[in-house]
Amino acid sequence: MIKIITHRLFWPVVLLLVLFVVNLVAFPGFFRIEVKDGHLFGSLIDILRNGAPTLIVAIGMTLVIATRGIDLSVGAVGAIAGALACSIILDSPAPGSVTTVVTAVVVSLLVAVVLGLWNGALVSVIGIQPIVATLILMTAGRGVAMLITEGQILTVSSPPFKVLGSGFLLGVPVAVVVAAVIFLAAAMLTRQTALGMLIESIGVNPEASRQAGVRARELLFAVYVFCALCAGIAGLILTANQTAADANNTGLFIELDAILAVVIGGTSLIGGRYSLLGTLVGALVIQTLVTTVYTVGIPPITTMVFKAAVVVAVCLLQSPATGAAIRRWRLRHLARADRQAVA
Amino acid sequence: MSAVAPVVEMTGISIAFPPVQALEGVDFRLYPGEVCSLMGENGAGKSTLIKALTGVYPIDAGQILVAGRQVSFSGPGQAQEAGISTVYQEVNLLPNLTVAENIMLGREPRGWAGIDGRAMRRHSRELLRGLNLDVDPGSLLGSHSLAVQQLVSIARAIDIQAKVLVLDEPTSSLDSDEVEELFRVIRSLKESGVAILFVSHFLDQVYEISDRLTVLRNGRLVGDYRTDELLRIELVHKMIGKEMAVLDQIERRTQTADADQELKPHVQAVGLGRKGSIEPIDLTIYEGEVVGLAGLLGSGRTELGRILSGVDRSDTGTLAVHGRTRRFRSPRAALKQRVAYSSENRRAEGIVGDLTIRDNIVLALQSDRGWFRRIPRRRQDELTASYIDALNIRPDNPDALVRNLSGGNQQKVLLARWLATAPRLLILDEPTRGIDIGAKAEIQKLVADLADNGMSVLFISAELEEVLRLSHRVVVLRDRRKVADLDNDDLSVSDLLSVIADGTAPEEVTA
Repeated sequence: MIKIITHRLFWPVVLLLVLFVVNLVAFPGFFRIEVKDGHLFGSLIDILRNGAPTLIVAIGMTLVIATRGIDLSVGAVGAIAGALACSIILDSPAPGSVTTVVTAVVVSLLVAVVLGLWNGALVSVIGIQPIVATLILMTAGRGVAMLITEGQILTVSSPPFKVLGSGFLLGVPVAVVVAAVIFLAAAMLTRQTALGMLIESIGVNPEASRQAGVRARELLFAVYVFCALCAGIAGLILTANQTAADANNTGLFIELDAILAVVIGGTSLIGGRYSLLGTLVGALVIQTLVTTVYTVGIPPITTMVFKAAVVVAVCLLQSPATGAAIRRWRLRHLARADRQAVA
Repeated sequence: MSAVAPVVEMTGISIAFPPVQALEGVDFRLYPGEVCSLMGENGAGKSTLIKALTGVYPIDAGQILVAGRQVSFSGPGQAQEAGISTVYQEVNLLPNLTVAENIMLGREPRGWAGIDGRAMRRHSRELLRGLNLDVDPGSLLGSHSLAVQQLVSIARAIDIQAKVLVLDEPTSSLDSDEVEELFRVIRSLKESGVAILFVSHFLDQVYEISDRLTVLRNGRLVGDYRTDELLRIELVHKMIGKEMAVLDQIERRTQTADADQELKPHVQAVGLGRKGSIEPIDLTIYEGEVVGLAGLLGSGRTELGRILSGVDRSDTGTLAVHGRTRRFRSPRAALKQRVAYSSENRRAEGIVGDLTIRDNIVLALQSDRGWFRRIPRRRQDELTASYIDALNIRPDNPDALVRNLSGGNQQKVLLARWLATAPRLLILDEPTRGIDIGAKAEIQKLVADLADNGMSVLFISAELEEVLRLSHRVVVLRDRRKVADLDNDDLSVSDLLSVIADGTAPEEVTA
């Protein structure tokens, strides 16, 4: 019992369940999943699909945060990737062909990787604090995206591109499949190799890690590149979903949602131990919250306030003070049980 | 002495960190105007008892009386208000504030426009002068050596005008002059009626300064003795509760390996130096040899260890390993040549606190293999189990976080990390600092065994007895220069001290 309560994922999961119950009360068909034309539909599926971009960004963010870093530029990187893909598709003679779309996707993701290298270089080679280093691209990146779109909103009508945002694969939304693949890939890559342990080691104690021969510079490059790649993929999904690249608004504030998801998932912003599973739960909590706001009928413009409330709640529940209170409660409980046993 | 009422009276103190019972029914008394030493091995409960007294940990059972009144502190602040001031082993002040700000933090003198900086610095300077410490109160604390920082935290404690001063390992980073200085301060505080609780692993210091000894073992009180009535050997027996067979075993064992002089040079430094940290130095270390590095704090002993192992880059001279010139641009490069450095600063540069014992042990080995070729879990477990067993690491749970281990056990985990990389030269910087006698003896014995098996060791320690006991050869540093390179035939501590003090070697110097 205590083991469950003190588990780092206990409160985030409880929160998610509470949100589910609220939704169920407001909308009895919440858990219903239907199959229409061989595709899955339902509120839960919507949550997964709409939450996919945030989850993808949050996965990259988790690894960055584990190294004591942070990446504020993910939204801008996503916008650049989306703008680039759209402009390539628009400039091509055959916007509807699969080859064009694959080219556009590959090129824009390569550019995302380059942007990740830029962040990695600023942080690991030049040694700028991550929050400042990525702030540069956060602001400049939107400008770069504007240059690519020439200040226009680029609307594309390319069915293969649209699939990325709103298509289905074996009945499951493509965005969800992509998120799942990235999640599993990240988990395998860090936990089946020693990557995760070395990343945590840098996050906990960079100097000790250096003296133990850990290649901190290479690893930092790797996490920022991975994070930018995730941001690029998320940007493409968002753009494809809207079938339009909007340099100003694609992925706006997604860095905040991603950081929130990571924090709700129990990974500390001080770096060190991280939990990808926690990040998954965190991303689901955030998206479910947004959905809840709609289903309960609260004006959507107040969503931010509810997000803030959730963050406060989770932070309070996960704080050391709460942990101590639970331990005290447990000791009293045990003592009482002892007395009863004696009596 | 018993006619005076105790200023601190702790009765039946119990504290548990399930599943560990850290303290069980411990009684402790402290009288005004005395120095009492709390003795015990790591894990005996010394720190826990101190933290109970200073309000860091709530007690599960028992009562605490301070000046006859029952207290129950819910935090260190309350303990401080009750007149109990603490100086911890690891300095916990704020390195990014000035010396004066650290001393006066929370009690800043106020002027018409907020804090009166000038009055603060003036007051601090007077305080520091009382400690014979000549530092600028306006300088950043972090720019000073650990020793100075320690004295600053003592200055802070004195300024609070405490009735009880708790000194937890205050001398572990001080050299002998600074220790004398500290003792002078302690004596004068004692005369002014302050009760002092002193914790140190240096028996000499304990015997020099304390009036009374309270011995703990495994969270229980062993007894309470007058210092002049308890022989050292009796004290050690009471602390570890068993015969000290380990210590006797390594007594003078170094003599045996002295016979064969036709050893091959393993690491050879010629004119190796680094501006601002150590003057160019020549040093040869042979295979299977333990070279002791003696010198005062700041003599360059740590700096030499760091440039030999690539932790800092050298800017002059050459370094050859097995006859081939190498340039260590990083610790990683040195580790590739099987040269490992174990930092003196265990917490900041050694352990990775939030990772497990297993992760900490395999860390260096794993980074050598690269991230992709993960050491198979079974191999990791074998490795960890074998080191936990060989070095007697407690707790023996490989999943325990290293942050929660005692200092001695953290040191052992660190040693295990370097040993797992099978180093040919192991540079140990203060490996026994701040750890208990039992663990110390185990580590010393380990060093001797490793050298017998062909590993070279550069042993850096402030404790000359330890250096002499383990080393085949002793290199003495003074003011960042090498002043002597002595074969350890009949060296005594006083020989070494005179070299350290005068900078001239005795007759039988070898090149």
